[in-house]
Amino acid sequence: MSRPRLIKEASAPLQLDKELLLRIHDLMVKTRALEERLIQMYKQGHGYFWIGGPGEEAFNVPLGMLMKKGQGPEYDYLHAHYRQSGTLMALGEEPIGALRQMKNTATDPYSGGRNFAGHFSLKKYNVAPVSSPIEVQYAVAPGTAMMQKRVGGDGITIVTGGDAGTAEGDFASCLVWSSRPANPLPILIIVTNNKWGISTSGEGQHGETRISDRAKAFNIPAKTINGNDPVEAYQEIQAAMEYVRKERKPYFIEALVSRLYGHSSASGANFVGDEVDCLKQFEARLEQEGFMTRQQMDDLRNKYTEELAAAARQVRDEPQPEPDSIWKHIYAEDK
Amino acid sequence: MANMAQAIRMALHYAEENLGVTDIFGEDVGMPLGGVFTCTQGLKTTWNSPLDERGIIGAAMGIAMGGGRPVAEIQFCDYVYNTIDLLKLAGNTCWSTNGDWNLPMVVRTPVGSGIRGSIYHSHSFDATMTHIPGWKVVMPSTPLDAYGLLISACKDQNPVMFLEPKALLRVKGEERIPGEPDDDKVLSKMIDAPLGELRTNWKPQWPELEAYAVPFGKGKKVREGSQVTVVSYGRTLPLCAKAAATLADEGISAEVIDLRSLWPYDWELIKESVQKTGRVLYVNEDTEVTNFGEHLVRRTVEELFYSLLAPPRLLAGKFLPGIGLADSLEMASVPQQGDITHAIRSLAGEQP
Ligand SMILES: Cc1ncc(C[n+]2csc(CCOP(=O)(O)OP(=O)(O)O)c2C)c(N)n1
Repeated sequence: MSRPRLIKEASAPLQLDKELLLRIHDLMVKTRALEERLIQMYKQGHGYFWIGGPGEEAFNVPLGMLMKKGQGPEYDYLHAHYRQSGTLMALGEEPIGALRQMKNTATDPYSGGRNFAGHFSLKKYNVAPVSSPIEVQYAVAPGTAMMQKRVGGDGITIVTGGDAGTAEGDFASCLVWSSRPANPLPILIIVTNNKWGISTSGEGQHGETRISDRAKAFNIPAKTINGNDPVEAYQEIQAAMEYVRKERKPYFIEALVSRLYGHSSASGANFVGDEVDCLKQFEARLEQEGFMTRQQMDDLRNKYTEELAAAARQVRDEPQPEPDSIWKHIYAEDK
Repeated sequence: MANMAQAIRMALHYAEENLGVTDIFGEDVGMPLGGVFTCTQGLKTTWNSPLDERGIIGAAMGIAMGGGRPVAEIQFCDYVYNTIDLLKLAGNTCWSTNGDWNLPMVVRTPVGSGIRGSIYHSHSFDATMTHIPGWKVVMPSTPLDAYGLLISACKDQNPVMFLEPKALLRVKGEERIPGEPDDDKVLSKMIDAPLGELRTNWKPQWPELEAYAVPFGKGKKVREGSQVTVVSYGRTLPLCAKAAATLADEGISAEVIDLRSLWPYDWELIKESVQKTGRVLYVNEDTEVTNFGEHLVRRTVEELFYSLLAPPRLLAGKFLPGIGLADSLEMASVPQQGDITHAIRSLAGEQP
């Protein structure tokens, strides 16, 4: 499948405040350093499986920055998939939590050593638990949106998933449940399209011209955007969120993104050279605009890389969960 | 006395008024129908969902996450199978997030044979459901227990599967729901929606219902006996009670236990009874291979072996791909009155 022509060229002037651009850049670098550390941990045998989002930072970071962060229906809900460390970092999470999950220590803040890498869960910020069965989050998300609509305010539900997963019925469920004329829901439906399932290409997966065309059939306003451009992503997510917050109706974004290290450790987790690297591209523009020097960017990258190496050493010495803890939290009374 | 459908309706009304139930929904659950078995007529928070079982279970999970308290209905349990992975997810959410999230949600669905429902309206779901950890699973056999178990379900912080034996939904109880009027006709006038046009502007007139909860994990001794223990739930329970009554005339003394709650279940009650009688028959109508009763048989053998005077038995549905429409086919596929009487009699007569 050939890449669609993008609405804005990557070389267009940067249209956001310098301060905001630098914050986005900082979070993108932090996220990339985290993912690379996770891959390294996996390859060194300090984890059983890696899956994550290097290549999706330009979209995921702005998404987290723009979320209304908090707990309960007044705030935004995120029904994420497993490539969203950038969103979590932008919500203010420290990367060591993800390392702890990789190392499945008792200190893993997202699952206590029970779940895979990238399977975040954070009730305090309305981050619904990420599930391994892909696409189920699209069936669950309308429920939180329903509550938000009823409670009032401007909280919205955000759901994300991959392009191949849109073949699952849950994706259709989401479009149906979100757009019923009698009860449209305040939900931002997102598909990050990296053109692949695990190894099955888009051509082998789906025949629509744009995945966003499917939303149009449900009268849901929809857009395909360049998810490799953080500026475009920020602006489009912001506009979409404003619409959903105010209109209390669904909106759909298909974000074209890269998959820089393949699908997961299942496909080797090795760097893929022929994908657009959103961070590299963004850094070239920051340099071109005179917002940052190469040296500053390298220093930042080194700082995070070192911090994460230190964090990984710390995590290595942390305890595994007690065997008896398997009986904890089967039911909520055990809290 | 109320029938089970009315009892369910009253429990849901009680739960809307007192327990914070926010959404009672599913296919055709709202008016004008109020559910294909009329269990949800006249309730305040009912609504009709799209015809999408996965959407229904998913929405219930989302509503629970969003601070609501949903009671979702799957029209027939035969159609809950395409949501199994979502049920599994709902069951493991608390555990997999190390206690961060929990899902207070109830799913109700009619189960079992008894209405000549043919291949796709006669399934049982107890065996499959008890295989999904993280849920509580209950199945009443009387209207009062349906009322009390559903109230407990609507108070629980965890997902609860409420299985409704469809053959018993229209059977009147022998005990009064606390608050229901003495006269059945009066009750019907108050809470059964009228037919046709009259229904458009109809509002129920709810009796002053009282709090009554049947705790999970507590079975009920339906009949005292000394020679055989019979453990059942749902549609087959009243058949077991009747069989025991019949056999009493032959001098066979059978103790009958209504399990009511399948997970957690009342092992103490079973154990005490089996230690007294030395013989036990488990009866349900799900297919017999990998049946929940097989678990009970296994536990009986492992823990009560030296109390037994005869091998524990399971009387269950035949291991068949479906239940045929013809009366003769349905009757031959799942335990009937005669099968149960026969099984108890033969077990009582078995000598070591
Ligand atoms: C229901 C289900 N089927 C299969 C899998 C195995 N699996 C994991 S990821 C994946 C590909 C997903 O591709 P896509 O939806 O495009 O998301 P991406 O990983 O590319 O972001 C598959 C098949 C799964 N996790 N869940």
